[in-house]
Amino acid sequence: MSKIIVVTSGKGGVGKTTTSAAIGTGLAMRGFKTVIVDFDVGLRNLDLIMGCERRVVYDFVNVVNNEANLQQALIKDKRLENLFILAASQTRDKDALTQEGVERVLNELKNTFDYVICDSPAGIEKGAHLAMYFADEAIVVTNPEVSSVRDSDRMLGLLSSKSRRSENGEDPIKEHLLITRYHPERVEKGEMLSVADVEEILSIKLKGVIPESQAVLKASNSGNPVILDDQSDAGQAYSDTVDRLLGKEKPLRFIEAQKQGFFARLFGGK
Amino acid sequence: MQTMSPNPPHDTSTVFQLKGSMLAITVLELARNDLDELDRQLAAKVALAPNFFSNTPLVLALDKLPATAGVLDLPALMRICRHHGLRTLALRASRIEDIAAAIAIDLPVLPPSGARERPIEPEPEVKKPEPAPLPPAEPEIRPTRIITAPVRGGQQIYAQGGDLVVTTSVSPGAELLADGNIHVYGAMRGRALAGIKGNTRARIFCQQMTAEMVSIAGQYKVSEDLRRDPLWGSGVQVSLSGDVLNITRL
Repeated sequence: MSKIIVVTSGKGGVGKTTTSAAIGTGLAMRGFKTVIVDFDVGLRNLDLIMGCERRVVYDFVNVVNNEANLQQALIKDKRLENLFILAASQTRDKDALTQEGVERVLNELKNTFDYVICDSPAGIEKGAHLAMYFADEAIVVTNPEVSSVRDSDRMLGLLSSKSRRSENGEDPIKEHLLITRYHPERVEKGEMLSVADVEEILSIKLKGVIPESQAVLKASNSGNPVILDDQSDAGQAYSDTVDRLLGKEKPLRFIEAQKQGFFARLFGGK
Repeated sequence: MQTMSPNPPHDTSTVFQLKGSMLAITVLELARNDLDELDRQLAAKVALAPNFFSNTPLVLALDKLPATAGVLDLPALMRICRHHGLRTLALRASRIEDIAAAIAIDLPVLPPSGARERPIEPEPEVKKPEPAPLPPAEPEIRPTRIITAPVRGGQQIYAQGGDLVVTTSVSPGAELLADGNIHVYGAMRGRALAGIKGNTRARIFCQQMTAEMVSIAGQYKVSEDLRRDPLWGSGVQVSLSGDVLNITRL
C-alpha cells in the first residue's frame, strides 16, 4: 500500500530538504518506487540537492494547474531506477497551489508509487499546510535547540488537528521524530539539548539522530543525497533511519562524544 | 616638635543628595469639626482592618472644613489619630487659624490640594481559611473533558462548564481553559486558566508544575514568579484565597 510521508519542521534551515532527499533515496535503494515532491514553491532547492536542476522542464505547479501531465514533469533519477523527483516552480509562489489540485496530483502519484515524500517548506502557511494535509505519516525534523523544538511542537499540533485524517476522524498521522545537526560534544558541554531532552518535550517516537557532519554540505554541493555517501556518519545515520521507518530495530549511533585515544592525548590532539 | 593632628583627614566628598520622590500617602480629610464622632468612626474602621492602621503615615487635611466650623483642637485631633495608629506627618489647611495652630506645634503645612486624590477603603481582611465545611454534594453531573493526546504549542482547549483533565504533557504555548478545575498528569509547560468565568473555588492540579502561567478566576502568576517557588517542577495544587494564589505540594 502506498504512503504519503511529509517531511516537516516549522522552522527553516533544520534539514528538511536534505532529509527528504536522503530518505527518498534510501527507500528507492531498498527497492521501493519513490517520488520526492518539492512543496517549497518559489524557493526550490530539492532539485539542487538531488543534482537534477538542469533537467527541470515542467514542475509541480504546472501539473497542479493542468499545464502539464505527470509524465512530463516527473524527473527520473540517474542513479536509481526507482527514484523520481517532482520539482517546485521557482517563478511562482505558494498561492499557485490549490488544495484540489494538490489532492489530484497526490492521488495520481499514489497509484504508481510506493512512497510519496513531500518536502515541506518552512513556516505554517499555505505551502506547509498543503504539504502535510494529505499525509499518512510525518517525519518531524528538529535541531537540538529550543526554538526548533518549539516550532516542531507547534507543527505536531497542526498535524493532529489540521490534516485530512484529523478532519475526517480517521487514524491520526503517524509521527516520527528525526533529530538533525546533532553535536554530541556540544551536548556534553550543555550548549545543546540532548536527545533525551528533545524526546521528552515532543513525546513522539524517535526514528533517528543525524550528526552534524561535513558530509552533508559536501553532498548538497555535489548534488548527491548524503545517504549515498555510505562512508560518512550522516549517510549511515540516514540509512539507519530509513530502516527504522520500515520497522527494523537499530541501535542509535553517533550520539556519544568521541573519546580521545591515548596517543591523541599524549601527542597534543585537542 | 611634631604634633599629631587631632582630627582625621577632612573628607570633602558629598554626604547627601537631594532627591524628588512621589509617594502614595494616606490623607484623612475632615468633613466637619466633630472629634468625638471621628473617634467613634475611626474605631469602627480599625476593627475592620487592624493591620492597615499600624503606624500609618498620615496627612491631615483640613482644607475641606467649612469656614464656619469653629476652632479646631489640633493637638486633640492628632491624639485621636495617634490612638488609632495613624501618625500625622503634616497638615494641609487653608483656614488661617489651622495654619497658625500647626506652626505653633512645629507641624509642617502643605499647600491645599489641587492634585488628584481618590478615596481609599481599607479592604476587610480575609479571615484565615478555616477548614471549610464540605459543600453539600451537588446533584448535577458536569461533563469533564478528558484529553489523552499531548497538547501542543498553539493549541487551545476549553472545558466549558466543567473540569478539564489532560493525561499527557502540555507544551509551552498551549493553553488550557476550564470553567471548573484543571488536572494535568503529564509535564505542564503551557498555560492553565481555571475558573475563567469567575469560580474562585476552582483549582489547578499538576504532577509536574513548570507552567508558563497559572490563573484562577482571573488571578494569575507567570513563570517568572512560579520559577522562584521551591515547588517548581514538583506535584502541586494551585488554589485561590482572597486574591492570593496559593501553591501547595500535592
